[in-house]
Order: sequence, then structure tokens, then C-alpha cells
Amino acid sequence: MKKNNWKAWIYLLPAVLFLGVFMVYPLVDVFVYSLEEGYNSASQTFWGTGLYNFSYVLHDPYFLQAVKNTFILVIITVPLSTGIALLISLGLSSISKVKELFQTVYFLPYVTNTLAVGLVFMILFKKTAYSEGLVNLLINWFGGKSVDFITGPYWAKMFVLCFYTVWVVMPFKILILTSALASVNKDYYSAARIDATPPWRVFTRITLPMISPMIFYLVITGFIGAFKAYSDAVALFGTDLNAAGMNTMVGYIYDMLYGNSGGYPSYASAAALILFAVVLTITCINLLVSRKRVSV
Amino acid sequence: MKVVLKNLTKRFPNRDKRIHEDVVAVDNFDFEIPDGKLIGLLGPSGCGKSTTLNLISGLETPTSGRIFFGEDDVTDLPPENRGIGLVFQNYALYPHLTVRKNILFPLENLKGEQKLSKEEMNAKAEEAARLVQIENLMDRKPAEMSGGQQQRVAIARALVKRPRVLLLDEPLSNLDARLRLQTREEIRRIQRETGITTVFVTHDQEEAMSISDRIVVMKEGVVQQIGEPQEVYDHPENLFVAKFLGTPAINVFRGKVEGGRLILGEDDVLPVSGLSDREVWVGIRPEGFIPREDGPLSCTLEAVEVMGRDTSVVSRHAASENETIRSIISTEERAGIRGDTVRFALKPYKVFLFDVETEEKLPFRAE
Repeated sequence: MKKNNWKAWIYLLPAVLFLGVFMVYPLVDVFVYSLEEGYNSASQTFWGTGLYNFSYVLHDPYFLQAVKNTFILVIITVPLSTGIALLISLGLSSISKVKELFQTVYFLPYVTNTLAVGLVFMILFKKTAYSEGLVNLLINWFGGKSVDFITGPYWAKMFVLCFYTVWVVMPFKILILTSALASVNKDYYSAARIDATPPWRVFTRITLPMISPMIFYLVITGFIGAFKAYSDAVALFGTDLNAAGMNTMVGYIYDMLYGNSGGYPSYASAAALILFAVVLTITCINLLVSRKRVSV
Repeated sequence: MKVVLKNLTKRFPNRDKRIHEDVVAVDNFDFEIPDGKLIGLLGPSGCGKSTTLNLISGLETPTSGRIFFGEDDVTDLPPENRGIGLVFQNYALYPHLTVRKNILFPLENLKGEQKLSKEEMNAKAEEAARLVQIENLMDRKPAEMSGGQQQRVAIARALVKRPRVLLLDEPLSNLDARLRLQTREEIRRIQRETGITTVFVTHDQEEAMSISDRIVVMKEGVVQQIGEPQEVYDHPENLFVAKFLGTPAINVFRGKVEGGRLILGEDDVLPVSGLSDREVWVGIRPEGFIPREDGPLSCTLEAVEVMGRDTSVVSRHAASENETIRSIISTEERAGIRGDTVRFALKPYKVFLFDVETEEKLPFRAE
């Protein structure tokens, strides 16, 4: 066995090489960058090593704003999108006639380009010289006052961003949940029926536990995805997110690297590691909670 | 509680949409299940036995016909109001609940006057568990149990509300051979102890024969024969029933009746009176052969398989429908069998004649 080990390594070489170059090396590099103080990307020099980058990032008001935005986004959109997706999936699985049609309709956002969707949202929400935006027209119709959703107050912008995010992540969740619901053995429902189980109890005691692994999967990936949000904000508010006050953590990292204020890989690395720590912590908490709650 | 099925019929629309004719799953089923008996619905897959069970349970509604539990017409009642217990083929135990919670589940749904206190529910669950002998497994989850134990839990769950009728769908099909023997005894015992009218579905004739008070043999939605297992085995109404019951299967020959004699190929094997000259299907049970040197039925010997208590003789005959004939003889009779040919005499009561066209039984006297 030992003799042939080198053969095994050769078989693994393409994968190892690929992962090493594109995954492991950048990760190590990010770590190194984050500790190099005053790194200059042009001359590739730095003053010293230490935790100054972390301190800078954590005191940067733009970063704090980005953290706040990201957390609000995560806390609102993950439960909301999962909940609505579950309701829609339940609805879908209880109809039989035009199910395919509805499934397609609900899945459309998934195959639509982010920026195209962003454009549609612009039409819905943005005030222009010619139009108040469709949503404002509706608000006016009901006697409300126009709100500037794109450049106006913070809550309005956050509302649009959350709305957009929920709408974009929904199709995938519906897809997963409808198939999870369909995979629950019909005999369980027959058994419950014979035992005169009320519908609500069927849902909470049978359906929900049966699909809980899938819900849990969606919550974890939802958290991670929402923490990584960036392109959605760009699609809505343009590339200068700091000015709009709608930056996200990933947006901050990007700006530090390439944006107008770019050229600070050390700050970007420090911010990236902070993001990593946050995501890791949340995922660990999720896992701990799920160990108690998720069955099967 | 006796169960009466009156002209029960169930049609399904054909799956193949090009065919507009409905599929008749159960055709005019007429049967009265006596109170407290164990009934086996028996037939090959697709014969409508599971549909019949679902009709009794209420999970399916009949196209026509009525179902009575005792004097109550339950045809239009939903399953939950019929007072039935159903054990599913795959048991359908809730995997995330412990055995105790699984058994408690039906009780926790009770409402209004029937509502029970925690203690009462626990006592009932314990009682059901004791009945199926799983009281020491109450805190396990289904995945941590063997198939046989899961089966018991499923039965306990079905029995905990004291149903009027207990229905079992292929109760033994997911168990291995040894457990199957054990569990069928167990089902028999539980049924006797509770006295609940029980209907179970199976495709395994041995299973049905061994524990049922009555068996119902079905084919393509039509009841072929109803009766006590031994009676059906000894007096099959038609060729299908004769073929379906018994292992090894009955040996079928193409024969003819001529001048009061039964002729198989060129062998004049048995006197049969009461029948006009005609072609017939001849069924001979494996235990109906007696090896005898001057026996009238002459077969080419293929193999002799010794199975301990019995010996199985495999031979060929020109008139046989199957490639080989299998006969079971006692080990003492084996001594005489050697060479290329084996000759048999026949036990007349193990020989059945059927019409070539209708495949219905032709009664005859062997004299």
C-alpha cells in the first residue's frame, strides 16, 4: 500500500493543485495581508505587523454602517423569505390543476439576471423626471404621500433592499420546499387522517418535522447568502453604496480593494476575516440549535 | 363487529389517457365478514385487494355499493369516523417521534367528550404496548428498532383507540422469512386476544392460509372464491384458485375425458364418472402422486430432491403444461424410484378437473 501512495497523489494532483492555488493560497494570503500594517500595493512594502488593520476597520463609520445594513438585511430577509416560501410551497402542493404553471411563475426570478431585476425595481420604486414610480403612484392612489425609495430616507431604502432580496431568494427556497413536501410519504397523511388529526396538528407534528432538514438547510444557506449580499444593493443604489448609506460588508470589502477609495488590501482582508468570523459564529449557533430541533 | 360489503365496485380512470375505458379495480364485491374473525384478502398484485382494503378504511370511496360495520352504513363516512385501525405496508410510523409518542398520537387527537387525561392516555398506550410486547421499547425511535418491532408498534398504534375493525396492508411483506413466521403467529394471537374483526391483505398464499379464518381469493378485481383456507385448498372453484394456492404449485395437465376415463397423453390414469367426453384442464396437487411400479401415469424422471421429511420428485410428462411436474412423496416411498421412468398412481381427491374454456371446476366421481 505505502509504495503506491505517490500514485494516489498524482490522481489527486489536479484537484489539489486547483484548490491550493485558488482556495488555500488566497485564504492564507488574506490572513497575511490582514496583519501587514501600512501595506502599499504599488511597492509591495509594509511598515510592520499587528492588529492595526482590524482596529481601523472596526472604527471606520462606513464599515459600521455596512455591518448594520447587513445585519438588518439578514435578520429581516432570512426568516421572512423562508416563511413566505413555505406558505407558497404548501399552497402549491395542495393544488393539482395548474401546479406546473405556478411553479414556473414562481421560479422565474431565479433565472432572471440580477441587473435586469434591478431595473424592474427601479421602474417600480424610482422617481424620475417623468414618473413618480409605480409604487408611489399606488401610494398616491390610496391618498399617501410619495416616498423616495432610492435616494430618500434610510428606512425606505432598506425596505426596497429587503423586498428585493426576499423576492430574489424566494424561487430557490420554493423549489427546495415543494420537492421536500412532495417527498413526504403520503402514508403519513393517510395515517394521520385515520387518526382524525386536525390540519394544524398535521402541519406542526408531521409536515414540519419531516421537512425540517430542508428548512434548516435553507436557513443556513440563507444566512450565509444574505451576509454575502452585495450585487443586489448595487443593482438598486448604484456602485457608490457608501454615499447612499446602503453598503454591505462584502460591498465594503470590494470598495476597499477596487472602489473609489480602493487600494487597501489590508483593510479589505481584515474586513473579510471579520465577515468570516461572523458567518462562522452564526452557522455554529445554527448547528447547535438544529441539533435539538431538527429530526430524522 | 361484522363487516358487510354489498356489491362494492371501484373504477379508476385509466392512466393511459388515450384509453377512455375505466380500470375496474374491484368488481361487485359481495361478502359478509363475520364478527371477530381474521380474514385474508389474497391475490396477485393488481388484483384489487389493496383497493378493497382502502375502501373499507375509507381512504378510497367506492364507485358503487355499500359498506356496513354491523348495522351502520359507513359508506359515506370519512375514515376518521369509521373507527378503524390501519397498519400500513411500510408501517408509516412517524420517524421523529418515540414509540410512546407514536402510540399516543391517535389518542391526542380525541376531542370533546372523548378527550382523555394524560394518565388515561398513558395507561392506554402502555396497555397497547403490552399487548404487542414492546413495553420495554417505549422510548426508542422507529429507526432504532428492527422491522418486526416497528410492525408491532404500528399494530399498537392502530389498536390503541380500540377500533371496530383492524385493517392490515401486506403486514409481513417487509420482514425476513423467520420474522414473518413469528409475526404472523403474533398477529393471530393479538387478533384472538382483542377479538377485533381483522382484514389483512397479502399476496403470499401461505401467509393467508396459515392464520386466516377465511380467505378471499381475488383476481383482476373479481372475487374468485371465499372460504376456510383448507376448504379452498381442497375444493378450488376454478383453475386460477387451484394454481394460486399451494407450494409447490399444483401441476396442470391438458387431458381429456373419454368413456368415463381420464386420459393424460396416452396414459389412462383415473376413472371419472359424471362427465361427458371432452377436453379438460387437469390439476394434480404435488401430494396427490403415489409412486407405484404399476402406476398408470408414466413420467420421465428428472431429479429426486431430498428435503428431509419429504422428497420432491421432478419429472416430465408429455401432457403437462409446465415443463416439469413436481410431486411430493414421503421419504419411505423414495426407495422404489430409480432408472429413467417413474410411474405414479393418483389420489383421486387431489385431482381436479376444469373446463377448458371457462376454467371452472368440473365435478366428477372417481369410480
